[in-house]
Amino acid sequence: MSAEHTHNEHAIEHEGMSKKKIWLVFFYLLGITALEFFIALYMIPKGLLGHGPGNFIYVVLTLAKAFYIVAYFMHLKFEKFALKTGILVSLVFIVYFIILLLTEGSYLYLHMN
Amino acid sequence: MSTTVSKLDEIKTDAWSGGKSPFGVEYGKLMMWFFLLSDAFTFSSLLIFYGAQRFSKLTWPDPDIVFQSIPGVADHGYPLVFVGIMTFILIMSSVTMVLAVEAGHRNAKKEVVWWMIATIIGGLMFLGCQALEWTHLHHEGYWWGSFPASYTGVDTIGALQFANLFFTITGFHGFHVFTGVITNIVILIMVLNNVFQKRGSYLMVEKVGLYWHFVDLVWVFVFTFFYLV
Repeated sequence: MSAEHTHNEHAIEHEGMSKKKIWLVFFYLLGITALEFFIALYMIPKGLLGHGPGNFIYVVLTLAKAFYIVAYFMHLKFEKFALKTGILVSLVFIVYFIILLLTEGSYLYLHMN
Repeated sequence: MSTTVSKLDEIKTDAWSGGKSPFGVEYGKLMMWFFLLSDAFTFSSLLIFYGAQRFSKLTWPDPDIVFQSIPGVADHGYPLVFVGIMTFILIMSSVTMVLAVEAGHRNAKKEVVWWMIATIIGGLMFLGCQALEWTHLHHEGYWWGSFPASYTGVDTIGALQFANLFFTITGFHGFHVFTGVITNIVILIMVLNNVFQKRGSYLMVEKVGLYWHFVDLVWVFVFTFFYLV
C-alpha cells in the first residue's frame, strides 16, 4: 500500500517534467520575450502603441513568464496544495508594498512639481 | 466496547494528521522554498523602491538611450540587443538545469553531468556579459554616485538614483548568479564522485535547480523594469 502510494507520487512528478514539456515551456518563454522586443523596438517607436498601455502589456507578459518559470521549471504546479498556497499567499505582502510605495512615489512627484 | 477502542486507535491518513510532511516535500527542498520566498521579498523591496523613485522624479534616463551598445561590436544604435542576448543565455541555462533535474529522476548520471556543465557555462557567459555591460556603462560615466555629464534631463537626482539602483540591483542579481554557479560546480563535483548515485536520489540537483530558476525569475523582472519600461 505504502509502496504503491510512493510510486504514484513519482509518476505524477514525471508527468510534469517530460523533455517535450520542458522545450515547450522554453518556446513559450522565448516567444513572450520576442513579443516584448517587438513591442519595444517596433510598435512603440512607430507610434502604434503608447508608453502607458505598452508598460501595462510588459507587466502582464512578465507575470506570464514568471508563471511559466515557477509553475513548470520550479515544479510548483505539481506540488501539494498546502505548499502551493503557502508560497503564493505570502506574496500578498509584495502586492501591498507595491501599492504603498508607488502611491507614495506619485504623491512625491506632484509635491515636487 | 471493542469498537470504541478500535475507533480511537484508528490511524488517520490525511495530510495534516501527523506522521509525515503535509507539504509532501523533503526537508531541504522545503527550506529552499522558504529561503527563496525571503529572497523574493529582498529583491522586490529593491525593485519597488526603484519604482517609487522613478515615479517621484521629473525626468528619468531613457533605457533605449542608456542601453544601446553591444560591447565590442557597436557603440550605439542597437537598443535592447545585448540585453536580449543575456536574457536568452539565462533562459537557456534554466532549460539545461531542468533537463539535468529530469535526467536525475531517471538516475542517468552521464546526462546529469553534461546538463550541469551546460548550465555552469551558461551562468559564466551571463556573468561575462554583465561584466562587459558594467564596464561599458562605467566608461560612459555611470557608476554608484555618478552619471554622464552629457545627461540632458532636468532632474539630475533622477539620473543619480537610476545609476545607484541599476548597479545595486543588477549587482545583487549578478552576485546571485555567481553563488548559483559556485553551488552548481559543488553539486557537479558531488555527481562526478557518485555521491547521489550511492544515495539513490538526485534530489540535491533539484534543490540547486530551484535556486537557479529563481535567479532566472528575478532577471525576468529586472529585464522588464530596467530595460523595457
